[in-house]
Amino acid sequence: MQNEELKSRITELLPAATYDESGEWLNINVEPSDWPAFASQLRTDASLSFDYMFCLTCIDWKTHLTMVYHLSSTAFRHNIVIKSKLDRNKPEIRTVCTLWKTAELHEREVYEMFGVHFTDHPDLRLLILPEGWEGKNPMRKDYEDPINMIKL
Amino acid sequence: MFRETEILQTASQVSSTGGDLEGAGDLVINVGPQHPATHGVLHLVITLNGETIKKVEPHLGYIHRSIEKMCESLTYRQFIYVTSRMDYLSAHMNNHACALCVEKGMQIEVPERAKVVRVIMDELTRIASHELWWGAMAMDVGAFTPFFHAFRERETINEIMEETCGARLTMNYYVPGGLMAELHPDFQKKVKSFITLFKSKIDEYDELVTGNIIFQNRMKGVGYLSAEDAVSFGCSGPTARGSGVSSDIRKLYPYAAYDQVQFDEVLENGCDSFARYMIRIREMKQSVRIIEQLIDNIPEGDFQAKTKAVLKLPKGEFYTRVETARGELGVYIVSEGGTTPYRIKFRSPGFSNLSALDQMARGSKLGDLVAMMGTLDLVIPDIDR
Amino acid sequence: MWSLSYIANALHDWLYQTFSPTLALIIEMVIAGIAVIGLFAVLGLVLVIMERRVAAWMQIRLGPNRVGPFGLLQSLADTLKLLVKEGMTPSGSDKFLFNLAPYIAMMVAMLLMAPIAFAKDFQLWDLNIGVLYVSAVSSIMVISILMAGWASNNKYSLMGAMRSGAQIVSYELSAGLSVLVVVVLTGSLKISDIIQSQADGWWIFKGHVPVLVAFVIFIIAVTAETNRAPFDLAEAESELTAGFHTEYSGMKFALFFLAEYINVFIVCSIGAILFLGGWMPFHIGHWEGFNRVMDYIPSSIWFFGKTFFLIFVIMWFRWTFPRLRIDQLLNLEWKYLLPISMINILLATAIAIAGWHF
Repeated sequence: MQNEELKSRITELLPAATYDESGEWLNINVEPSDWPAFASQLRTDASLSFDYMFCLTCIDWKTHLTMVYHLSSTAFRHNIVIKSKLDRNKPEIRTVCTLWKTAELHEREVYEMFGVHFTDHPDLRLLILPEGWEGKNPMRKDYEDPINMIKL
Repeated sequence: MFRETEILQTASQVSSTGGDLEGAGDLVINVGPQHPATHGVLHLVITLNGETIKKVEPHLGYIHRSIEKMCESLTYRQFIYVTSRMDYLSAHMNNHACALCVEKGMQIEVPERAKVVRVIMDELTRIASHELWWGAMAMDVGAFTPFFHAFRERETINEIMEETCGARLTMNYYVPGGLMAELHPDFQKKVKSFITLFKSKIDEYDELVTGNIIFQNRMKGVGYLSAEDAVSFGCSGPTARGSGVSSDIRKLYPYAAYDQVQFDEVLENGCDSFARYMIRIREMKQSVRIIEQLIDNIPEGDFQAKTKAVLKLPKGEFYTRVETARGELGVYIVSEGGTTPYRIKFRSPGFSNLSALDQMARGSKLGDLVAMMGTLDLVIPDIDR
Repeated sequence: MWSLSYIANALHDWLYQTFSPTLALIIEMVIAGIAVIGLFAVLGLVLVIMERRVAAWMQIRLGPNRVGPFGLLQSLADTLKLLVKEGMTPSGSDKFLFNLAPYIAMMVAMLLMAPIAFAKDFQLWDLNIGVLYVSAVSSIMVISILMAGWASNNKYSLMGAMRSGAQIVSYELSAGLSVLVVVVLTGSLKISDIIQSQADGWWIFKGHVPVLVAFVIFIIAVTAETNRAPFDLAEAESELTAGFHTEYSGMKFALFFLAEYINVFIVCSIGAILFLGGWMPFHIGHWEGFNRVMDYIPSSIWFFGKTFFLIFVIMWFRWTFPRLRIDQLLNLEWKYLLPISMINILLATAIAIAGWHF
């Protein structure tokens, strides 16, 4: 499906979604509360069938955090980008690791790097950082480490 | 008897720190961070019942350098060099992904010559990477000799790379807009002689390892990963293609000069370690095929497009993906219009492929684990970044 | 003509003429002990250098070639290094068993030297149950491995030891049954009788199919029994780092290492004695002239030639085959080798009763 068709189909599923079509792929902005139901629709809808999540990450915009999900379909080969704004002080979104198993490790990485709390995640622990780094979130823009970080 | 209780204590300690153990009599062993089979500092906590694996839990971060954070303070010309250190066995492909992403943002038209040379270099790197994998794979299942046979041919590629790029492992040859320098005058001659050599040796690999009955018994039916699971776990590259999932970025979303060459996407339906093994062996032959088509037809012209001294990407988000030797590498740049990326994310193939290990390993023997890790072709700096 | 038995007999006569019989016997025993220890050390050094050169040859590289002429002194230098290295004992280990295990491994290897006929009439102890003695003593080896694995207090070691226990106990059956084939044909357990029975041709040539099958099974089984690749599961490097000797270092490790090579030598010499005639030159039936020519080659050269050929074969396995998995290893033994051996020994008995062998 082309971006236009995707847009019309997704509007049927989630009228509240807003779009950004400046990039190569259709960007869809959703509210964190809409995300769990919308995600399972994207995964199971026969005409969409986004079964391959090839990227899951987070961006720190200093005022808020944005979760970014890149989805693709192995059957139709169309791609979309889902974005969801999170509150920076209490970032919380539901996990999608039951739909896309790859999300389990990716969400753990986002959890320790950005401090996003994924509700219902089966095993939300530090993956890369050693023990004692809970809550430090080194990938956030305001993270300071005067010893190890060298400002150019 | 005191020893038994000690083992039980260790098991309960691990479970209190997060691992969910079903039975108290389970044996928990740490494979890695220093272990001959992990090929790097990967740490797997394995719960065993006798020899049977109940759970595999990866602990990462032993070689994490936070490349993504580093790149946020490097300019678009600089950050490419850091990425060679990610998946060091496919350094050219990493650079390629970054160069493509910057070119996409800047809308730089890359000269034909650079495109073709990039494809040749990528494929040479792919062969070198698969050669190393093949040797290490055989070593994992206990055959030491193939390693040396693989390195004999890999050495020739390294020499070619050394002449043109100046390095043998962490090569840096691609810049936004094309190539860093002109090819070495001997390049074509050497690549052709390498192809002649390699074609005579690739059958030797099959004789030495593939046809061996012990090897086939070790590989077949081991590490089953169904097609749905492979997609769900985000597997890509040979790992996904071994389960019959078409995932070759070179075919699906052609970049550089891949649309000008004839090659087949290698697919196997075995879903097991042997299928993944055969994918890589057959991929090497396809890579040779690609190089053969291009090596005599490198277009004349500039090797680099004219670009500004200081690159500034327009405000926006750019995502490119390339097929490295391990799978799909994605580069996601978020730009605020400055000289450095605001946020950069590397979607590394190894990270997603590793997540499938637990699913594959459950219920198989400890000896199978090394066969599975071997066919996943894990490169730890790629996973940890 | 020069021969080892001539030297041995001359020494024996001289000792008994010079000293009282009791003293002479004691002196002989001391000499024999020193000879075994000396042979032990020399064999270890030679086999290590041989393994490394064979490996290098198969792996298109040179191998050790710096220390001494053609690198022959390399293993001597390695031994020196291991001797001066600190022998660590892990703090959580069972110290007594941990330190005892390598000595048991070595003692077993030394005990096995006793009934082996190195040349014509050159044997430490020609006891009437020689073959049985070898099978019995070699099974003590597994105790030292289990002891090492258990006492190390390391999970890798324990797993290696348990694997090794299962493996050695299983493969001893096929090894024993294939040895029995020759014993049935010869009608004696005595090593010298077995060798003498091959004066008109080695068993592998005159024993029909059963002996050939027994020989193949014997080689497979002893490779497994000595924990050599492709059956090196006890020390499977890529799975268990070093298996039962993970925690050992310095000379204690070296003793295990040496014992492994000596065991390889011993099983190969048993193979040579049973199937390839031991020190017996290559004889064909009643071709007196041909046999006479063959007799001119000293018997010790025949023995060591055959043994080292078998050792080479076992090394060849190691450097070309991948490793089996533990369940495949046990399947191979219990589902294939053991039934074949049983049928084989039945056939061999029938042949022996009917006298069909040459």
